[in-house]
Amino acid sequence: MESIKDKVAIVGMGCSKFGERWDSSAWDLVVEATYEAYEDAGVGPTDIQAAWSGTLGFAGGQSLAYPLKLDHIPIVRVENLCGTGLETIRGATYALIAKAYDLVLCVGFEKTKDRGVGGLGSGEPMGGVHPVFGIQGTPPGRYALAATKYFAMYGAEKKHLSMISVKSHHNGARNPKAHLRREITLEQALAAPIIAWPLGLFDCCGVTDGAAAAILCRAEDAPKYRKDFITVKALGNAAGPGCGKMMTDYDWVHWEETYRATQQVYQQAGIKDPRKEIDIVECHDCFSIAELMCYEAMGFSERGKAKHDIEAGTFALDGEVAFNAGGGLKSFGHPVGASGVREVYEIYKQIQGKADEPSRQLKNVELGIAHNQGGHPGTFMCSMGIFGVPGR
Amino acid sequence: MAGIVSYGAYIPINRLNREHIWLAWGGLPVAGESAIANFDEDSITMAVEAGNNCLQGINRDTVDALFLASTTTPYKEKQCAAIVAEALDLRRGVRTADFTNSLRSATTAMQAALDAVVAGSARTVLVVTADRRMGHPSTTEERSFGDGAAAVLIGKTEVAATVDGSHTHYDDIMYQWRLDSDRFVRTWEDRFIIQHGYQDNLVEAVNDIMAKHELKPADISKAVLFAYDARRHQALAKKLGFDAKTQLQDSLFSTVGNTGAAYALMMLVGALEEAKAGDKILLANYGDGADAFILNVTEAISSVKKDRRGIKYYLPSKMSLPSYDHYLRYRGLIEGLVRFENESAATISWRDRKWNISCRGEKCLACGNINFPPQRICMYCQAKDQFEEVRLADRRAKLFTFSKDFLGPSLDSPIILSILDFDEGGRFYAQMTDRDPDKIELGMPVELTFRLMHSERGIRNYYWKCRPLRVA
Repeated sequence: MESIKDKVAIVGMGCSKFGERWDSSAWDLVVEATYEAYEDAGVGPTDIQAAWSGTLGFAGGQSLAYPLKLDHIPIVRVENLCGTGLETIRGATYALIAKAYDLVLCVGFEKTKDRGVGGLGSGEPMGGVHPVFGIQGTPPGRYALAATKYFAMYGAEKKHLSMISVKSHHNGARNPKAHLRREITLEQALAAPIIAWPLGLFDCCGVTDGAAAAILCRAEDAPKYRKDFITVKALGNAAGPGCGKMMTDYDWVHWEETYRATQQVYQQAGIKDPRKEIDIVECHDCFSIAELMCYEAMGFSERGKAKHDIEAGTFALDGEVAFNAGGGLKSFGHPVGASGVREVYEIYKQIQGKADEPSRQLKNVELGIAHNQGGHPGTFMCSMGIFGVPGR
Repeated sequence: MAGIVSYGAYIPINRLNREHIWLAWGGLPVAGESAIANFDEDSITMAVEAGNNCLQGINRDTVDALFLASTTTPYKEKQCAAIVAEALDLRRGVRTADFTNSLRSATTAMQAALDAVVAGSARTVLVVTADRRMGHPSTTEERSFGDGAAAVLIGKTEVAATVDGSHTHYDDIMYQWRLDSDRFVRTWEDRFIIQHGYQDNLVEAVNDIMAKHELKPADISKAVLFAYDARRHQALAKKLGFDAKTQLQDSLFSTVGNTGAAYALMMLVGALEEAKAGDKILLANYGDGADAFILNVTEAISSVKKDRRGIKYYLPSKMSLPSYDHYLRYRGLIEGLVRFENESAATISWRDRKWNISCRGEKCLACGNINFPPQRICMYCQAKDQFEEVRLADRRAKLFTFSKDFLGPSLDSPIILSILDFDEGGRFYAQMTDRDPDKIELGMPVELTFRLMHSERGIRNYYWKCRPLRVA
């Protein structure tokens, strides 16, 4: 296996305003994000040779060709649950390394607010909803199963989850494109209505419309477009067989798929001590417990000890490693197909020193992780990537 | 001699104090409480509970027929006995039939079972009966009706109570009835139906069978009589010459309520639970005529009594509904916005019936682990297609983890999502029912129970949930 490190660059990115975009269609969101990316890279639609469309809600390559009026170029729609956005970048990266194309576009997007009801539904793929086994609980209910067990096993408490949410809202409040831009207090988080015990309202991410786009080329071509491009260091994907709910081997207190994908990307990027080497992590915090267990799965906290790092503020904007500096899914929002690309957008902007609000600009950012886990505990697929300054 | 080889019964955990109904509507109070099916129970699921209790320790392959008796089979076109048979994991060659439309249907089914056994066309026949009738809100019927189920296994060997004689007659009278489109039981004035329906018919049946067998009231150890209500039940016993205090089997009227088609057999199970060898039991059931039977209890009764869940077991095991609103909600009389959209699939349900309904998991022949739901590739050792099916429905488990999901659609929020590990190995993912959300703990013992998950597109999706181990 050859290393993919530093072979592909991101030379332009865009991100729509995230939120309940009642007046915008999916196509509006795609156009908004993509044209920002065009402008950022200094290219236009006719420069794009191939594209990857990441969405759960729309089928086919037309989902980009139509809104963007791309002219009969190869486009494939990819879907990998919450990892969908990162999967567009994985597909594009490999195609560039194979030299099938020279300049390509990745767009992740989702229009979640046309359903007429809140939430994301069962979260199961079409055709895969089992009439009895598949409909027993909602995403928060399933994640809460892990919280119950984790609390009992490691003595963490609800306040530790709330502290994560307070941090996410703190970060999101400083991010102009974020969906939920209001700071919350620990007391508010603890007193919030229960959604799926032990998870309360502020333990759950927003249901959001949005899109994010990236323009990629091979690293040697990148200087043609800009000086401050970033490169792809590693891409991982671990799809679990999905048996945690069904097999006694799963303990419900760790994310196996994320742990496995982490091993892949650390090996590819040569990461030995993530807490020292990584500057920013945009992780999949659909629920606060998800982020907590990511600290451990990614090797930033020891198993069962995340609560100490939470109490120490290790993962705050001014902490040792910023987790979800952009607000995370929690506060920035989670339009499913868009999230992975949006995470890369945050890393890209932080590295370039363009985090909009000075109060949330991290210093000396060189290496970041983008991470998504789709499905639900015991039944995940995990997509991950490491991105950073060239040569780092 | 043919007769009852085994028995079982079921009473839902919920009880509604009838005062709640009186507080809502006023009018004539009816004393006591009613057993009320949970929101996820119906005549099919209750029949499965009673039938499964009856079959404990019985080789299911010896059952040649299953008859389901109920006036509230949820499908009007589609046999419900087949669902019960599938959930009881009976083999495909079993003869199944629904006996419906009459309060007397359970004893009609029992007679048909006896006939089949005597004729030799069946070794044993499982008769299961369940009802979940609704009186019109505010009426005495609403205050009198309860829900429950009973089962008897009819056979020729190891008979615990032989059936030594029977009587039947039909009678056409508007007593209580429902049209196909009616949700609630209709009735004529009570003074008319009690005298010319209830009393006249049961007196005729009992007098006939007693005369035929040259029996005097004093010869009967226990008289099991269908009850209109507690007072009329006593009055009928007196009229027939029985001592209500010593000879009359408890009607369950004040503790469970009138359970319709299941009523007489539930009382019979109550009588058998207390019976000893040599006892003579009279069973008389009413509905569009009357049936009567003389049963003689044998020595075999003592072995049946062990490990049977029946009336005695379930009567004290209860949770009180806090209000009349709960009853209305569970019955669908007030409809919450509980959404299920396109979440029924006849094809998937059909393909997966062995685990959805029969609750069969697979034991890997290579590594011995239980796979549920069944897999092609073992999730523990990845061996391909090397499994034997195992029935999991009766296995006990411990609660591994849980959550209280207030977001998911349920008539009884929160959904208690549960991960259970069976004591004998294997994991099961299920909702928890018959529970107090404030009394759930990691590691608590749980058991499986067959329930209605949701109904949509006219398809009733049944599956297995867990519940805290129900103890007497």
